Amino acid sequence: MNVLVGLVGSDESIKTLRQTVDRTNEVGDDLTVAVVEKPESKRSQAEMVDEAEALLSEAELEAEIVRLEGDPGSALVDYTEQGEFDQLVIGGGTLSPMGKIQLGPITEFVLLNAPTTVKLVR
Amino acid sequence: MAGTRPYPDDPAGPFPAPPTSFEDRDGRTIEIQASDDFETTLEDVVEMYVEFDPTDRAQGIPPTGEQRIRNWLETIATHSINVVASHDGAVIGHAMLVPDTSDPDAIDDRADVEWELAIFVLQEYQRAGIGTQLLEHLLGHASEIGIERVWLTVERWNNPAIALYERVGFEATGTESFEQEMAIRLG
Repeated sequence: MNVLVGLVGSDESIKTLRQTVDRTNEVGDDLTVAVVEKPESKRSQAEMVDEAEALLSEAELEAEIVRLEGDPGSALVDYTEQGEFDQLVIGGGTLSPMGKIQLGPITEFVLLNAPTTVKLVR
Repeated sequence: MAGTRPYPDDPAGPFPAPPTSFEDRDGRTIEIQASDDFETTLEDVVEMYVEFDPTDRAQGIPPTGEQRIRNWLETIATHSINVVASHDGAVIGHAMLVPDTSDPDAIDDRADVEWELAIFVLQEYQRAGIGTQLLEHLLGHASEIGIERVWLTVERWNNPAIALYERVGFEATGTESFEQEMAIRLG
């Protein structure tokens, strides 16, 4: 399967990438890593790219890393449409203090607009 | 994320504080009490959530299964503010506030923190006016103990819940995703 994983630079993104890398190694998928621009994120786009590179080399997995400019949700969906991807993987929500699962606007946009299957990682 | 949400300029209320006792629309006598020591009420509240119909879950809570319910409540027990509604000695409704801070032990003024609200009423006690009473008394209790800012999220399609929150004075503060965020100022 041809998998695209979308990352914004949050801790949730790191978890999403780790899980996706493990899964990719288990089943032999092809993986592409897309890092979007989200200025309010914990990590900048460049920092996220660095961390993704480190994680991939640690797992001895070869995957292309692309940087996407512009609105995160829209950029991810556009890139998914242009490539031959079977699945788009993104972070699946944060937990509120109460323990409620919260999905942000990027997640909602991707779920409603992506042409492929979307996987939410918790 | 703490301290970043917008709140109405004017405080809502005043709200009645617990304890109280009233007759619901089905003629049942319902008691509402603040639980100052949640550890002692925990078991009764666990029992209520075990009975809770999972079709009424919201954003993953309450979890299902006694152990997961217990873990969830124990995680938030120490620092949460709790008000319960009972009928014939059994808890049938639970409303709570959880502080939105990474270090709840460091709260020295409750007005400094934003508090997340959630409320659940057992299915057979819904649509009897209990939710409104429970919500108002939680806010009355919160106001008494110095809480000023309360927020919540509700699934955007849950119109009955949104109407209830608006009726007591919550205002919508953002609509950019599946959850409607709402906030109220108490002081």
